[in-house]
Formats: sequence, C-alpha cells, structure tokens
Amino acid sequence: MKILVLISNVPDTTTKIRFTGNNTAFDDSGVQWIINPWDELALTRALELKEAGGVDKITVANVGEKSTEATLRKALAVGADDAIRINTTANDAFYVATQLAEVAKDYELILAGIEASDYNGNAVGGMLAEMLDYNSVSAVSGIDLDGSDFKVTREVDGGYQVVSIGGPLLAIVQKGIAKEPRIPAMRGIMMARKKPLNINEPVEGIDKTQIIKFELPPPKAACKLIDEENAKEVITLLHEEAKVL
Amino acid sequence: MSILVYTENWDGKFKNLSFELVSYAHAIAKEMNSTVTAVSLGKVSDDDLMKLGKYGATKVLNVDDERYNSIDNRATAKAIASAAKSEDSSIVIFANNNVGKAIAPRTAIKLDAGLVSGVTALPLSINPFVVKKKVFTSKAIANVQINSDIKVITLAQNSYDIIDLGQSATIETYDPGIVDTDFSTSVIETNKVSGKVLLSDAEIVVSGGRGMKSADNWGGLEELADLLGAGLACSRPVSDEGWRSHSEHVGQTGVMIAPNLYFAFGISGAIQHLGGVSSSKVIVAVNKDPEAPIFEAADYGIVGDVNVVIPEFIEAVKAL
Repeated sequence: MKILVLISNVPDTTTKIRFTGNNTAFDDSGVQWIINPWDELALTRALELKEAGGVDKITVANVGEKSTEATLRKALAVGADDAIRINTTANDAFYVATQLAEVAKDYELILAGIEASDYNGNAVGGMLAEMLDYNSVSAVSGIDLDGSDFKVTREVDGGYQVVSIGGPLLAIVQKGIAKEPRIPAMRGIMMARKKPLNINEPVEGIDKTQIIKFELPPPKAACKLIDEENAKEVITLLHEEAKVL
Repeated sequence: MSILVYTENWDGKFKNLSFELVSYAHAIAKEMNSTVTAVSLGKVSDDDLMKLGKYGATKVLNVDDERYNSIDNRATAKAIASAAKSEDSSIVIFANNNVGKAIAPRTAIKLDAGLVSGVTALPLSINPFVVKKKVFTSKAIANVQINSDIKVITLAQNSYDIIDLGQSATIETYDPGIVDTDFSTSVIETNKVSGKVLLSDAEIVVSGGRGMKSADNWGGLEELADLLGAGLACSRPVSDEGWRSHSEHVGQTGVMIAPNLYFAFGISGAIQHLGGVSSSKVIVAVNKDPEAPIFEAADYGIVGDVNVVIPEFIEAVKAL
C-alpha cells in the first residue's frame, strides 16, 4: 500500500500576524515556516503504519512555490520516502485540490489535516476526495489497516465512533491521530538530502474564492473583576448587563 | 433561486445550531428576495420539523431515511447536492462543525461552487458575494469573495441569533435517490453520551479545572449546570486525572465550544484550553491565582476560592 500525506506550509504558530499592501496580503517577512501541525500528526501516523508493516511507501505533497521546499525536506527528514511539489501559488482550496488530484490517484490512502493553521479552510481534503471519487472520513482520531479495508475512529458529537470503510480512502485527521509529532533526527536530515523531491508544473485551474482584505480582531475589553464576597453580583451582571442568563 | 440549509439533528432532534443556521439564512434571503429551504436527513419528529418554519424556513425537505443516522460523507454530500439542484439554490449553508466540515467540501465540488468555511457574520455584500471569516486561528479576520455562481459556506457557531419569526413551513417528503452502494461507512461501535446536554451545542457551559482539587468536589458544578440547563465540561488535566470522562474535556485537543456563556472554575487557561473556548460570547472565570491567563480571556472574574463562589452562584441563580 502507498500512502500520500498532504502537506501545508504554514507560519509557525507563534508568528505575529501582520499584513501589507493596505491589508490585502499577509506580511511574511521574518516568518518561520513549519509543517501544518495537523499534517505533521498525519505524517507521524503514516510512519507508524509503515513501521507496523503493510505500507510500501509514503509520499508527501505540497502545492507551493520553491520557498516551501524546506518544509517538504523536513517531512522527508522525519521519514517520508519522497516528495512532490506542485510549482504554483496556493490561494484557493478548489485550485489546490485540482492540482493535488493530478498526483493523488495512485494512492490507496491519502491523509489530510483537518485544516491548515493559516487560512483555516477545512476544505482541500474533502474536495480532493470528491474529485477522485474516493471514500472519505472526517474528524479522524485513529486509523489502522484492516486487510484491504480501514478501521477508523472518528469524533462525533458527545463521543466517538469506530467505523469500517474500504479503500481508496481519504482520511481527514485531527489531533489524537498520533500522540506527538516526530522530530527529525540528524541521520534523517542527512538522508533527506538524497531523497527525491519531484517538481510538477501546475495544470490549468481557477480560484473560486479570493481574499480581498484582512483585518485584525478588535481588542478585547478588560475583565471586570468582582470581589469574592460579592460573588452573587456576577450572576446579576450576567442577567442584566450581558443578558446571557 | 433559494437558499438551502442543511439542518443537522442529534438523536432525532435538531440542534440549536441548526436553528441558528435557519435564522441566518432567512436574514440573507430577505436581502435577496429569496426563500429558505431546509434539508433534514434521518428520522426527525414532525414537531421538530415544524420548528424550522418558526425560524424562517419556507420549505423543509424531509429525507426520512435511517441510512443517514450515521454520517457517510459521499452519500450525505450527494443527497444535499441533489436537494440544492432541485431547489435551484444559489447559496448552501452548513454548520462549521465536524459534520459540516466533512460534507461541505464534497458538496461544493458537486455544485461547482466556491467554499468559505467558518463564516462569522452576515455577508458584507451579496453581489459580489463577500463574507467574513476568522483566519490564522482567530488571530485575524479575512473578507473573502466567492466568484462562482453557487456559493457554499459553513457558519461558525454562535455567529447569529436564533430569531423566532412565528412563521411556518411546508414539509415535503424528499427522495434524493441515493442508492445503497453510495454508502461506504459501516459503524462498528459508537461510544457517546446521550440524554445529557450536548456540549458542542449547549448555550451555557459550566466547566471545572484542576483548581477543583478532587473528583468529589463536582457536586456544586453539577447542581449549577442543572439549574442553568448547561453542559458540564472540564479542562484537560481533569480528564487526564480521571476525575471526569474524556467526553467532557473542552479545549483545542478536546471538544471545541462556542456557547453564549462559559463558566471556568479553577481553570488557569492554558493556551490549548483557551483555543477551544475563546469563541464563547461571555466568559466568567473564578480562580485563586490573579495572574492566571484565564482572566485575560474572561469578561467577568473573581479572584477567589471556587468552594466559596459556587454555592453563592447557585443561590443567586435560584433567586433569578
């Protein structure tokens, strides 16, 4: 079995978010780029499945410019066997899914993070599944191979559900899929330099959405502190001022 | 032309967020001189179906079919896309929860539509269609334009008020023509709470952290939650300690919630916790430590002892 893990290249989660061009573009000066945290967990689970046997190869794929290659190299250093970069700018989920559909067809299992921590789109995985007419399961917090099928745990309201589903499968994973993300070791970093990183040119596609402006959220009002001995006043305030009781 | 809303149910009853979606769709429909059609999958009582009319649905397509009791992504997307086509819908709206996130992207592809997820307010304009959404994990907001003829959006929870318009809807039995082979997900085991207030859908949530000191101290929280009809939750250390079940754990690694009112008792407010609760409209924090980060996120706070404050709150709520 071959596994494809979709990789999004995102700003480090501690990045201070700023915009340029009259608030029309993200200011990426000085930004550290990382593998999207959910994708990193997906890759970790893929490696665990490979170590348990039954997986021949793990490929990672990203849609992005040359600057995103460092992130793909990191995925190779963690243990992916090869990488594909589709050489174009990723602006819209439909466009990105269109590009990935070109390289994803040969994989029995595709893992996608539930969202990317930059644009929080929750879209590419599901779109790709539909384009490929693959089965898909979302909010996945556990996956095991079960012969030619998959045994998948997914979060549902108020708990979880274990389901059986056939392949080819696109699993949209969330936290819990792997305990901790793997960190590349020195040997992995050395080996990653020799692993194939293939560059594909994009196919024709369109953006169905476009960001026209960014803004920062309004600052939050300070917390209103009430003395312990007047605790009941909080309930009064919730009732009369905030009107939520 | 119409606006289609997927109204999700939990164990046969519509969720509050389904009513929120209908109210939201109705406000857009008014702007566009259009109407709202709700589509319901699975078995829901007539009483509940009628409620959709109150909040602004003109028509309800009722797919009374047990195969939808558990979600299959492909079949569900196919059913909703089929409803959107037969209703000539120009906008299709889902909740931005696990189910909406699973189904909306597949539906968008079927309808050749652009998708924006996690929308937080009414559209800024209809033509062009521009919506606001949170980006960079709530650190910024983006205005996004959808350029396709059909638009699919998912609405972030608690972005719009549920408004009772006192109207009624016509309910039609609808068959989207989905065959058994479209369903590929077979459930082996379901482990979920039932008969309790569903945490992700609760309007008020009462939550306890490590500052509660022991599993034996939960009586007051349970009483307060009962009085308020609230969901009961806890922080991660509490479920890790085994004081409470993991299903009650709220935060980035647990259940993400966005209630109207969130009570945090003895919770310090680690960043992972705040990530899962900060969309609450109003946050009340009670903690011994005045430096606890939870006070940065809270609207009302008491620096004090939870064991003193909880009984006071109970008494005050009873007196309301």
